[in-house]
Amino acid sequence: MALLQISEPGQSTKPHERRFAAGIDLGTTNSLVATVRSGQIETLPDEQGEHLLPSVVRYMENELSPIVGEKARQSAADDPLNTISSAKRFMGRGLDDIKHLGERLPYDFVQAKTSVPRIKTVAGDKSPIEVSAEILRVLKERAEKTLGDGLTGVVITVPAYFDDAQRQATKDAGKLAGLNVMRLLNEPTAAAVAYGLDKSAEGITAIFDLGGGTFDISILRLNKGVFEVLSTAGDTELGGDDFDHVIAQWFMQQANIGEDASHGLIRRLLQEAREAKEALADVEAVQMNVLLDDGNKWQATLEREQLNQLIDPLIQKTVVTSRRALRDAQVTIEDIQAVVMVGGSTRTLRVREKIAEFFGQAPKVNIDPDKVVAVGAAIQAEVLAGNKADDDLLLLDVIPLSLGLETMGGLVEKIIPRNTTIPVARAQDFTTFKDGQTGMTVHVLQGERELVTDCRSLGQFALHGIPSMVAGAARIRVTFQVDADGLLSVTAEEETKQVEASIQIKPSYGLTDAEIETMLRDSITYAKDDVELRNLREHQVEADRVIDALQMALQQDGDLLTEDEVKAIEEALLELHKVRTGTDHRSIKNAIDKLNVATTEFAASRMNKSIKQALTGHKLDEFD
Amino acid sequence: MAVEFTQNYFEIFGLPVDFQIDTSLLTERYRELQKIVHPDRFANASDRDRRLAVQQSAHINEALNTLKLPLKRARYLLQLNGVEFDDEKETTMDTEFLMEQIELREAVANVQQQDDPFSSLNQLIQSISKKKADMIGQLQNLISKQAYEAAKMQVQKLQFMEKLQLECESLEQDLADAL
Repeated sequence: MALLQISEPGQSTKPHERRFAAGIDLGTTNSLVATVRSGQIETLPDEQGEHLLPSVVRYMENELSPIVGEKARQSAADDPLNTISSAKRFMGRGLDDIKHLGERLPYDFVQAKTSVPRIKTVAGDKSPIEVSAEILRVLKERAEKTLGDGLTGVVITVPAYFDDAQRQATKDAGKLAGLNVMRLLNEPTAAAVAYGLDKSAEGITAIFDLGGGTFDISILRLNKGVFEVLSTAGDTELGGDDFDHVIAQWFMQQANIGEDASHGLIRRLLQEAREAKEALADVEAVQMNVLLDDGNKWQATLEREQLNQLIDPLIQKTVVTSRRALRDAQVTIEDIQAVVMVGGSTRTLRVREKIAEFFGQAPKVNIDPDKVVAVGAAIQAEVLAGNKADDDLLLLDVIPLSLGLETMGGLVEKIIPRNTTIPVARAQDFTTFKDGQTGMTVHVLQGERELVTDCRSLGQFALHGIPSMVAGAARIRVTFQVDADGLLSVTAEEETKQVEASIQIKPSYGLTDAEIETMLRDSITYAKDDVELRNLREHQVEADRVIDALQMALQQDGDLLTEDEVKAIEEALLELHKVRTGTDHRSIKNAIDKLNVATTEFAASRMNKSIKQALTGHKLDEFD
Repeated sequence: MAVEFTQNYFEIFGLPVDFQIDTSLLTERYRELQKIVHPDRFANASDRDRRLAVQQSAHINEALNTLKLPLKRARYLLQLNGVEFDDEKETTMDTEFLMEQIELREAVANVQQQDDPFSSLNQLIQSISKKKADMIGQLQNLISKQAYEAAKMQVQKLQFMEKLQLECESLEQDLADAL
């Protein structure tokens, strides 16, 4: 088979060319970036040598870019309303949810015209997604400065218990920061990868991840480089921040501070509470000093015993959740080979004590609980970027919460139960309940409860044009597909007439594509209205990918094709190559689509070939 | 679509079509296949190939899910043997079984009034699990004797038990949330 080898000098992206990739831990309290430096995967420091970037953003008047990190954190008490911390807690949440977080709102939230709530600052109204994007942007710059080149792609970690809306918000933040998000990775899974590879651990492992604002427990089976999540459970509103809050409340009682305390005082209190909590990991008692609104100072002594009493109910919640994770994984406490502690809040001694008590074994605290997640993400990023030809590493994750649809009477019918391995696709048939019914609303929900009102609404869409029939005659098939990021898309189809409606679920509290586009245009990164250029670049990259992959595929498996098929593919390939160097992204897209159509069969038969080979014992080494 | 849908789930993993399966071989084959088709292997591929990988990988997950658990495996096997299930209409059970169900449900309903609801619920869940295990043993017998209609009845009973188990777990969640 004579196939044209098309490769212009300096134009082709060679498969062996190194792609720069990074892992980002976007935390409630601190964030980190990790990448490969001289063969080692490690977290990157800033110019002062600090690895942890406090997840705090301070917006300034008449400044193009906000202050991010330690400096912003220090000004939190002086400028509380413009200094946003713990934005992660608000990701993917509506204003009502945020009000239900149970604490006094630290910022001026405004209900914007769109569903995503915004925080009023001197630099304008900011959504939590934009705040997170600022943090990501700083980490991106840090990585690119270290690597001396642009990043091809990143892996961003999210709490395993994040729902679809929170995941989508995180991905949007990455997009806003100008990052190519190759994958959202669950934090405990990332930690398991770093821990497992580092310690060559095997067997059933529990990752107990208590961060600043979120709690996850994941049970994994580690087997020769395969990291299989058996179950995950958690609470996206439980973390070290809550410890700080109960300490602050205790102090407020001592000092007779009422609910009318100023924003500044609350911030000072929380700061003091956090420091007291951290100090109590080493000492038995600590002095707390807080400057009150009336200018007086109030002192109180917090003893470790008192701290334990305050936080025990919170830790009890993590124990109950851990028990559920074990049951969902269908394992017992005796099956657990190791319990690995992750997240800054596992430094609190009481947490370690209670978890040791529950699991009947001392948890592993010999890895840096702050860095391990970013390192795991970087390992995954390296694999995804194709830098590591590590055929053995495979992560099999699950969805944390059940996905379902609203049915008659406000009830939820579960389509995909929690802890199902992703990717997953599942369909369910529904029918009309009235004669002549031609439309139907599909309401997608996430959660474990039976009532619609108790679950999170991810979105609604309508299926129109159902052919008029007697009740119960139409057959509407709703298909849920969850990809490897844990993101859901839903399609609905009336099967007798093939009326189709589909959505990529944009959660009720998500940004629309148009909003993201506007924000991108407004942000300084894209100040020069280079959206067109970015589009062109993106399509060129995709064209290169398609060309590279196809050429390799043809070399390996060209014999699967007939003469005619080869001819059709060659024509489409030539066409793509011709437009690839042009400036019109639309014609590149068209050419890619055409080539995709021409090679659909080919791709399918290649995959079947690989599968058959795997089963007949032929390893795929001959493809490398 | 690429995975050949003409293959049944057993064939996908190269296993004999039988209720008794070698679960460790199943998991091993499953991992081998996922190493080939998982979307992580296609992170740099074209959009189309990435979509394809998601579909492939999802299909293999579904196959594993069906074969891994005895109840689902039995149901699937019966379907392969021409037994049809219509969950909406077929709910008749023998009275003895129904009485037992009512008793179990009453016990679940009373859990919240117990001194230690968590441990009474836990006991209940365990006794349901044990009953289920016994019933699965019987199911295996029926299938090996090719008594498919009787096996179908057994599957339906097991589905009742499964539902009850799920309700217990969601009750436990309610109890935990109320803490």
